[in-house]
Amino acid sequence: MAFVDFRNVWLAYNEELLAQGNFAVEDISLQVEEGEFIAIVGPSGCGKSTFMKLTTGLKMPSKGTIQIGGEPVTGPLKISGMAFQAPSLLPWRSTVNNVLLPLEIVEPYRSQFREKRAEYEDRARRLLQSVGLGGYEDKYPWELSGGMQQRASICRALIHEPKMLLLDEPFGALDAFTREELWCTLRDLHAAQKFNVILVTHDLRESVFLADKVYCMSRSPGRFVVSREINLPRPRDLEITYTPEFTDIVHELRGHIGAMRKSGNSLPQ
Amino acid sequence: MKQKTLERLSPLIVLAATLLLWELIVRILSIPEYIFPSPSEISLQFGEFREPLLQAAWKTLWVTMLGFGVSIVVGVLLGFLIGSSRMAYTALYPLMVAFNAVPKAAVVPILVVWFGIGLGPGILTAFLISFFPITVNIATGLATMEPELEDVLRVLGARRWDVLMKVGLPRSMPYFYGSLKIAITLAFVGTVLAEMTAGDSGIGYLMQTAGSQQRMSLAFAGLVTIGVMAMVMYEIFSWIEKRTTAWAHRGSQSA
Repeated sequence: MAFVDFRNVWLAYNEELLAQGNFAVEDISLQVEEGEFIAIVGPSGCGKSTFMKLTTGLKMPSKGTIQIGGEPVTGPLKISGMAFQAPSLLPWRSTVNNVLLPLEIVEPYRSQFREKRAEYEDRARRLLQSVGLGGYEDKYPWELSGGMQQRASICRALIHEPKMLLLDEPFGALDAFTREELWCTLRDLHAAQKFNVILVTHDLRESVFLADKVYCMSRSPGRFVVSREINLPRPRDLEITYTPEFTDIVHELRGHIGAMRKSGNSLPQ
Repeated sequence: MKQKTLERLSPLIVLAATLLLWELIVRILSIPEYIFPSPSEISLQFGEFREPLLQAAWKTLWVTMLGFGVSIVVGVLLGFLIGSSRMAYTALYPLMVAFNAVPKAAVVPILVVWFGIGLGPGILTAFLISFFPITVNIATGLATMEPELEDVLRVLGARRWDVLMKVGLPRSMPYFYGSLKIAITLAFVGTVLAEMTAGDSGIGYLMQTAGSQQRMSLAFAGLVTIGVMAMVMYEIFSWIEKRTTAWAHRGSQSA
């Protein structure tokens, strides 16, 4: 059984738009197995962030059903962690305290927070060290670079050991070199902890490098028009991004997206 | 002289120049003491009337502090209520603005009728005049909380209370400490006002008495005392602000 199961989901942002038949996303069907890494690529404004909101339960679908872990989604999920394009670390807390934040909110960690504080802090520090932020745990967010803040933000999304990690264009604001570094960090975290990842991005190379399956979304109203399995063997090295096999896949996907942008319409399924 | 040193000494230089100018004007134009005393005449009062001035200053100080303490508690609670609920904001704000527009000098006689002469009106006037800026600033801080910060918590299923306590309030602290600087000076105004109209002790009372006895320099000495006290309190809260909200001032010019 799929872990994340979207069946024919449509979303209109409010009643008015629903009445007009004006949807943000249309007929989304998607199944993600446990531990799978999927990427969603699409042009700006196509509804990728809307899709994220549906997945996290911040918005309910107008039509269709969403099930996660076999349960219908009724509200924000505690089994997921999320990171956005802006790291949004709280500037009055040190980095390690920022990473601890979810444990202060989510049960069962919340009620045990006082007793187990030392244990939790230890976990947070080790997590930060594993992404290369050792020595920066007690610094404040403004003392870190953009890439470091984003790494801390990802740690914060993973501290409560979620089964699912949702990333909404997390590396969009970073330079190309930092981005490649963070791809590797994410790849390693995923390999070690085997959570689901749903990555929304508009970088094709990023999606092909990291994901098991890539979905292309059309421009608004968003529909999935193409899905492609990426059968490149794991673990994947950065070198792979320069092989002909890799570039062919990227090229193929690029063609689909290009056709969408030209015609302005979604391709037939 | 280095730019930085010059910048640091500039307020002292301006102060010294002003005092000098003041002294010269009084002497050259031979202005009598009972109309406009000179700095030298005022400083003599500090020698002659040291005891009364200090006692009065002390009284005014702790009455102000009491009123100020009450206004912090009420200001924060009220600000929290108004800032966290749209309904409360719409319902309460116009009333509060109307209330704040009433000159507190007009309220003092009423307070005297209710609480008698002395401590009551002093503390209450200080409170009534100074809680509004605190309320407004806390409410603004909460109402303008960035949605991105809020999202981080909502995604985890946080309740509204969590969001307000973990993000809203800490985020409002810079606004809060900023408002304290204004509120403390207002609180002094309130206390002195009450002392002048219906007091039996304190700097306001001293100034009132000195004025009616044509002791202008003593009255001015009282004025200077208040000024110094208010300034010292302002600086203390400014220091507290910098210490506790260093994260918010990180972009501004370094001290």
